[in-house]
Amino acid sequence: MSPLLRSILSPEFGFAVLRVMTPLLFAALGVAISEMAGSINIALEGIMLVSAFTGVVVSAYTGSLVIALLAGLIAGIILAAMLGYFHLKLKADIILAAIALNMFASGITIFLTFIFAHDKGTTSSLRSLVFPDIHIPVIKSIPILGEILSGHNILTYGALLAVALYYIIIFKTPLGLRIRAVGQNPDAAESVGIDVNRIKLYALLLSGFFGAFGGLYLAMGYVSWFARDMTAGRGFIAIAITTLGGYLPIGTFLASLLFGTVNALAIYIASLQIPSEFVSLIPYLVTVIVLAVYSVQARRKKARKPTKAKEAV
Amino acid sequence: MEKILEVKGILKIYPNGVIANKDVSVDIEKNTIHAIVGENGAGKTTLMKVIFGITQPQEGEVFYKGEKINLKSPHDAIEIGIGMVHQHLMLAPDLTTAENMVLGIEPLRGKIFLNIDKAFEVTKKVSQDYGFDIPIDKKIKDLPIGIRQRVEILKALFRNAELLILDEPTTFLTPQEIDVLFNTLKDLKNHGKTIIFISHKLKEVKQIADRITVMSDAKIVTTKEASELTEHDIAYLMVGRDISFERISPPEKMGKPLLSVQNISYINDENVKLLNNVSFDIRESEILGLAGVEGNGQSELIKIITGLLKASEGNIYIKGESIKGLSPRVIREMGIAHIPEDRMGYGVADKTSLEENFIVDRYYKSPFSKIFRLIWKYITNHSRKLIEQFKILTLSSKTTVSSLSGGNIQKVVVARELSSEHEILIAAQPTRGIDVGSEEHVHNLLKNTRDAGKAIFLISADLDEILKLSTRIIVIYNGEIVAEFTDVPKISGKYLGPYMLGVKKQEAAVG
Repeated sequence: MSPLLRSILSPEFGFAVLRVMTPLLFAALGVAISEMAGSINIALEGIMLVSAFTGVVVSAYTGSLVIALLAGLIAGIILAAMLGYFHLKLKADIILAAIALNMFASGITIFLTFIFAHDKGTTSSLRSLVFPDIHIPVIKSIPILGEILSGHNILTYGALLAVALYYIIIFKTPLGLRIRAVGQNPDAAESVGIDVNRIKLYALLLSGFFGAFGGLYLAMGYVSWFARDMTAGRGFIAIAITTLGGYLPIGTFLASLLFGTVNALAIYIASLQIPSEFVSLIPYLVTVIVLAVYSVQARRKKARKPTKAKEAV
Repeated sequence: MEKILEVKGILKIYPNGVIANKDVSVDIEKNTIHAIVGENGAGKTTLMKVIFGITQPQEGEVFYKGEKINLKSPHDAIEIGIGMVHQHLMLAPDLTTAENMVLGIEPLRGKIFLNIDKAFEVTKKVSQDYGFDIPIDKKIKDLPIGIRQRVEILKALFRNAELLILDEPTTFLTPQEIDVLFNTLKDLKNHGKTIIFISHKLKEVKQIADRITVMSDAKIVTTKEASELTEHDIAYLMVGRDISFERISPPEKMGKPLLSVQNISYINDENVKLLNNVSFDIRESEILGLAGVEGNGQSELIKIITGLLKASEGNIYIKGESIKGLSPRVIREMGIAHIPEDRMGYGVADKTSLEENFIVDRYYKSPFSKIFRLIWKYITNHSRKLIEQFKILTLSSKTTVSSLSGGNIQKVVVARELSSEHEILIAAQPTRGIDVGSEEHVHNLLKNTRDAGKAIFLISADLDEILKLSTRIIVIYNGEIVAEFTDVPKISGKYLGPYMLGVKKQEAAVG
């Protein structure tokens, strides 16, 4: 067995998959919930950046993980609220507004990194706190499975709980029902007295909430510092994930798992004698391939069965 | 009889200056089915929007159960017991019947969670109360249209509607579904509900209504008991107006057929047959008028002839050559010019200049461009000539089209199309919404085009226009050609009406 294959079949690989999947899953849930309400949020990149940065700086200055967590969440939600304000109130195109916010987030975090850490690249001079790892009692002693599932950062378990939370919000609350109705037929929602813009705003704020966790995990779990543009396109990969997952909880989780696996694979392959530029290309390449295959499939399906939904609703 | 709704002296002028309702007054009696009929654009829908709070009139009052009401939104209307079933149903396709039913007034479990069991329960109860047989746990998109419409009616009933407005409810239904709907409506009447039924289909109106109001030209023509009116009466009241114009003289001689439409059928994505075996020829120096109430397949026919839509069956020949599979540009180059019915959507790019609009169909040809460069000097000259020739009122040829008046925008389209190299002109609603002077001008241009030996296909919702210009008239109803008249000077709008409304049919004209 080749060393690469051996290491991929090891429990450490399974562990790594869950680790790299975590920020993708959070971001994907953020994209999914806004998409459910019919507005596509491509500002997850920016949301994660401001949350990651805020979390690191606040934790370094206050020494409190709880305050850092709250600050990070608030920062992410504020950015989502700004998107809502531009799009819903000022009627700006949501894609353009989100691109602007992504660039704003990238710029302001670099600027503030320089102010606080006197370095334009990373905040490594600041002592950031990190979220703790959790060893799950019983499970950790199961061979192999224990090695894969136990000992993760608390936010990795949080991501799995977030899938459940997303499911409950969307399918078990009146808000979720309204979000779905607004996404499917805003006129129908409006005709029964639902404030469409308000529901869309709530969905965007929730999107900021999920995305903020992704950012916090990146800077205070995955590593322990903020680095410029450290999201590295995860906010966009999340869009691919949700498309593949059909915006549904389990689908989004499985798609995240797939992309997590590809990312982990890229890390493992990096140990071989392959140019690193090529290796870091793999996750993006897979994104493109998966989306292409998916949309061809979807079109075939559509051609076979014309959408009935369009005709009268 | 007790009145549930009284509408008095409604005046509604839209911001673009269109008068949609003028001095409209009508009483709706409680526990009746009241039909409001009229051609498209007669003002029926605007009146309903006023009653349902979607739009507010400039003048007039509405009384509901004797009290004056002032509705700001549909939500207000629902609150007091007015429900509306829109032509395009207001349902979320991926939600179940029960979920759609409780949307906005969801039953709760433990103050936070949606109580889906309760939603099923109340939906079941209300559907049983009214004797509706609908699956409550299926997604809307998996239900046939007739059932979806019942869900929509039930939704209004669930919100305690006493007055139900149905806007053209039979448009997407099969004859069998229409029967079911009508039984439902009669049942609802027995439950004490009042129904306003908007339609332009006379047969249906006669079949279901207790009272009938006819609208025409933004005004109420009459309100009568259904038993006092025959279908012919209604047709006359809807479209038969005095004709006070001079018909243009017929062409001296007509040549060979230029456009030949053969057995065209069209079935849309929703599997509805919108055109059924349509055939006709148009000859040199002939204006063929297509009369019909809008929405009977005219738009699809125009799009098929100009290559914007693919026919399901049949073929079209330009000077004997089939246009099957050809692009609109190639079809234009074969000799078709097209004044589209949707001026702003298909006729012009309104954010660009007159010059640019004049050359969109010819920019790639010499002398408008050479290799990869547009020859602006030539284009400007060309544009100035068109502006002068077609008497377009504009500051310059570089003015943006959107700053012109409707009539002048139409002239821009007409100028471009008539100045293109063509032998066949498709003129759809060529004078819609433009002033009388411009209308006269366009009519003269059409006559000149005809006299130059070209074939013209004239499609218009304005019967007077059809009668004034046409050499020959065909009538379309429900996607079929139901009549053909060659002796145009002898016929009147009153005579065409029954054919346009599907009351009469010439057997010979079909096929």
